[in-house]
Amino acid sequence: MKGWQQYWRQFSLFALLALVLTGCGKDELSALKPSGPVAAMQFDLMKLSSAIMIGVFIVVMAIFTYVLIRYRKRPGQQGIPKQVEGNHALEILWTVIPFLLLIIMAIPTVTTGFALHKEYPKEEAVQVKVTAHQFWWEFEYPDLGVATAQDLVLPVGKKVQFVLSASDVKHAFWIPALGGKIDTNPGQENKMWLQADKTGIYYGKCAELCGASHALMDFKVEVMEQADFDTWVAGMKGVQAKEPVTATSPLAAEGQQIFDKSCLGCHAVAGKGGKMGPNLTNFADRERVAGIKAHTPENIADWLKDPQKIKPGNKMPNLNLDDNQVKALVEYMETLSVSEKK
Amino acid sequence: MANHHAHAVLPDEPEKATLEGKNKVLGFWLFLGGETVLFGSLFATFIALRDQANGGPTSQALFDMNLVAVATLLLLTSSMTSVMATLALHKKDLKKIQLWLTITVILGLGFLALEIYEFVHYVNEGLKMSTSAFSSAFYTLVGFHGAHVAFGICWIILLQLSATKKGLTVVTAPKFYLASLYWHFIDVVWVFIFTVVYLMGMIGGKVG
Amino acid sequence: MSAHASHAPNRSGLWDYLTTVDHKKIAILYLIAGGIFFLAGGLEALLIRLQLMYPEIEFVGAKTFNELITMHGTTMIFLAVMPIIFALMNAIVPLQIGARDVAFPFVNALGFWLFFFGGVLLNTSWFLGGAPDAGWTSYTTLALNQYSGRGVDFYVLGLQIAGLGTLIGGINFLVTIINMRAPGMTFMRMPMFTWASFITSGLILFAFPAITVGLVLLMFDRLFGGNFFNPDAGGNVVIWEHLFWIFGHPEVYILILPAFGIISEVVSTFSRKRLFGYSSMVFATALIGFLGFMVWAHHMFTTGLGAIANTLFGLATMLIAVPTGIKIFNWLLTMWGGQIRFPTANLFAVGFIPTFTIGGMTGVMLAVPPADYQYHDSYFVVAHFHYVIVGGLVFGLFSGLYYWWPKMFGKMLNETIGKWNFWTFFIGFHLTFFPQHFLGLMGMPRRVFTYLKDQNLDMGNFISTIGAFGMTIGTILFVINVFVAAKSSKRAPADPWDGRSLEWAIPSPPPEYNFVQTPLVRGLDALWVEKMAGNKGMTPAEPIGDIHMPSPSFLPFLMSLGLFVAGYGFIYHNYVVVVIGILATLACMFTRSVKDDPGYHIHEDELEEKGVKA
Repeated sequence: MKGWQQYWRQFSLFALLALVLTGCGKDELSALKPSGPVAAMQFDLMKLSSAIMIGVFIVVMAIFTYVLIRYRKRPGQQGIPKQVEGNHALEILWTVIPFLLLIIMAIPTVTTGFALHKEYPKEEAVQVKVTAHQFWWEFEYPDLGVATAQDLVLPVGKKVQFVLSASDVKHAFWIPALGGKIDTNPGQENKMWLQADKTGIYYGKCAELCGASHALMDFKVEVMEQADFDTWVAGMKGVQAKEPVTATSPLAAEGQQIFDKSCLGCHAVAGKGGKMGPNLTNFADRERVAGIKAHTPENIADWLKDPQKIKPGNKMPNLNLDDNQVKALVEYMETLSVSEKK
Repeated sequence: MANHHAHAVLPDEPEKATLEGKNKVLGFWLFLGGETVLFGSLFATFIALRDQANGGPTSQALFDMNLVAVATLLLLTSSMTSVMATLALHKKDLKKIQLWLTITVILGLGFLALEIYEFVHYVNEGLKMSTSAFSSAFYTLVGFHGAHVAFGICWIILLQLSATKKGLTVVTAPKFYLASLYWHFIDVVWVFIFTVVYLMGMIGGKVG
Repeated sequence: MSAHASHAPNRSGLWDYLTTVDHKKIAILYLIAGGIFFLAGGLEALLIRLQLMYPEIEFVGAKTFNELITMHGTTMIFLAVMPIIFALMNAIVPLQIGARDVAFPFVNALGFWLFFFGGVLLNTSWFLGGAPDAGWTSYTTLALNQYSGRGVDFYVLGLQIAGLGTLIGGINFLVTIINMRAPGMTFMRMPMFTWASFITSGLILFAFPAITVGLVLLMFDRLFGGNFFNPDAGGNVVIWEHLFWIFGHPEVYILILPAFGIISEVVSTFSRKRLFGYSSMVFATALIGFLGFMVWAHHMFTTGLGAIANTLFGLATMLIAVPTGIKIFNWLLTMWGGQIRFPTANLFAVGFIPTFTIGGMTGVMLAVPPADYQYHDSYFVVAHFHYVIVGGLVFGLFSGLYYWWPKMFGKMLNETIGKWNFWTFFIGFHLTFFPQHFLGLMGMPRRVFTYLKDQNLDMGNFISTIGAFGMTIGTILFVINVFVAAKSSKRAPADPWDGRSLEWAIPSPPPEYNFVQTPLVRGLDALWVEKMAGNKGMTPAEPIGDIHMPSPSFLPFLMSLGLFVAGYGFIYHNYVVVVIGILATLACMFTRSVKDDPGYHIHEDELEEKGVKA
């Protein structure tokens, strides 16, 4: 017994150490590092409820430890313990106190609950229509007349009103650092608002089992200054107004030919093309390839060669391209940008 | 064991004369409690989906209230005749039990025939299981009830046949009692179906 | 009626168990079948943890992973812990109320075989084209034909058959407890485990029909072109969620209340004190059962039900903390002032208290809807419900098994192996699930087959997998212990723990008829009352006489087999097979109805000589 208790201490120390080492997770991803008012309100409620609960736990553990040490049967102990039926005062006490603690929790629960369910009109918030697909995210800005996929672009410090749905199965839209979360139901629309208070990249996740590649259904949120956001919108619109990007090199021109023939049926670029797959208008600006891989030409090529290998169960077929075709296609796709940086 | 007295004088309320009988009666009431949740869930589903005709026939366009009224009349009458059978059971009169149950079964068969006719008619009108969410919910709820009626008819016939051999004993009495209870339950469910599916179905479109 | 077989039909071995209607043997059947499914579910869990040990690895792959999580959840809930609960209920409840058998011995056997064949049907999916992969919750539209394979058909049919068995089992226990109590065994003298079994059975009765309807509708959508959950034809995916959770939340209490009952018995016995606040324990159990039906939508806070519904369901959920808290403090005060011994049974019970308290705490945290929007469908939830179901229920089951093993089998489980079993399982459990709270908050959704390298989720997942090995070792030690006990030649005494309730007044294992004479109960803790009055055993309430027993029957097995066959017919759209299967079942029902069971008598001279051999 003694030996085991020592091991137990070592184990818990190890576990604690590990958690400290890991910290509270990545800034971009963790619900413990709120970067907006919604996540902050939620974090406050978490802190309040866990503080109360830890208080209760300490009381329970104190009595527990005392009882286990004080009342363990000693060798040679005689007699029969007093058979206590109960104690009304105590029983009332531990009914009323938890009830009061719950009331303390209930008040902010109600106020925050209703605050989070407010709906903001377009005068007060950027309106974004989110449609979840197996296994990618479509983002439309109906008031701004632009559409994108996988990388959600938002202005900093401004409320964003989401209207969410799904085209196939149920998914759930979650940006832990900004606040979460709401399901996207096929055939129904849900609403949620969020706001980011710091510029930068945040990670978004699908939180509802949606098929084989549920784990890989990540997206990114790029939060920028209002001016940059306006530029981005203008860039998106500008591209849409004119013809699709004209190829900048012979290789890219070859890629464009392949693209127009094999890809445009499902993927839109600059307002032309199908809606089966993600819109690729600003593909070259995207943070990741397929939402998960680093944005490198090699990863794009890998995807094009065998999309099922990277995201099993996704709807993109293997186009059976040879290496040269892939190379040309990558070259072309890397020109699909609305940013001046690239 | 109470079985010894089977051929002697039958006690009053023979369905509850033995512990086995008491257990059966209580168990069956509980079972009907579960059945209530079952039909409750089906009703809730139906109410949620009843206006989703998906371009197919709607309840307003389809329902023939005359037919439903006759079916309702048959089933409610059969409920009454099954009460008469229970009363006869308490008078320990097997002949009367058999008579009233026979009438109950005939009325039940009439109801079932009308329901089958109704379903066939609707299918011909273009309302198939796969037509719409409304059609799925309609056939499932009403069909579940119809299956209960069919099962009840078979059960009562079986009891009647075996009672001709075994007579009325503390073993057969609870079975008659339960069958009658079951039949009542089915009638009560039908009253709700008549209201929720048919009556509300006639006016549903104007409200929703 | 007039003809009685005067001797027990001579049956032995496998045939005996295939035809038995004896609640003690049915208990053993439930335990064996539930135990095997528990090992299968545990193996699935281990594979899940291995896949998640390191980021971005290919071990079982995405599709198999989804099958594993679906089958792990479904197996553990429906096929492992529920049957083991039923095993203990069958073995103990009739003894605790002083009954010779359950109200419906035949139905009892039927309940077991339905569960068994339902479970086997579900698990054969592994070999017939793939297991269900839409999660144990099988949310639509993912669970419709378009998006998932034939596995979900196995889920739909297997659970319907198994669920039917559970439902009739629940009715059986309700009637048994209401009608079969020995003289003097009033409701407020019933042991806590019997009370918990009573309320759990009530919950089963009102919760299972909801999932049955859900499964039927899903089956109609998948097999017969129904449109309940197909939004393109006017269907509504949220209906499935409601039906599932109207069942699913009471199911949590169906599982945990018997564990509460076991802990109450064990803590009281090993403290040598009566249960502190017995009446408030009964009241709390009933209140938890009642509130359990009012809170299902807290599983759907992110579904989009709106602020008002979410807030109301959230507040109702918080309320459950009050009766649960009452229970925890009552256990602590039961130990207070006692003489606490720590055999393995009590180690698990004592280990249960802090562990379950943590599960309850996170439960209250989850009841706060705005915060739940962050926790929902993340690993925080995975941690929470494993603290409740493993840290609560499975600890409780281990405790109950160590406590009642001698009564069920007449052999004691080895205490040394038992202690190793406890410590490996306990430490393994906390290592596995404690870090998962943080993984969830750090942004790891549940049901992901992998996670990316650069997201700080590596360490927590690694520790979690190491913990899973600890739980594996603990489970293996239990299995070893079972075999060691079976080999041991030492017989268990009737009352090895200085017990308090009626089951300890009769031999271990009890004879077929349980009590030679029905006992007269004179207070709570019936046996303890007699012990304190200086009596050797219970006072009988009847003279010695012949005992009437129900006949064994093969019909329950055949009836269930019929539905099992019909299940395959549905899955493979072969309606000839469906008709054959259902006709077989109906034929059995017909036989049962027409052919009365005369039973047989055990003559008074034979009493005490016969015993159940395990």
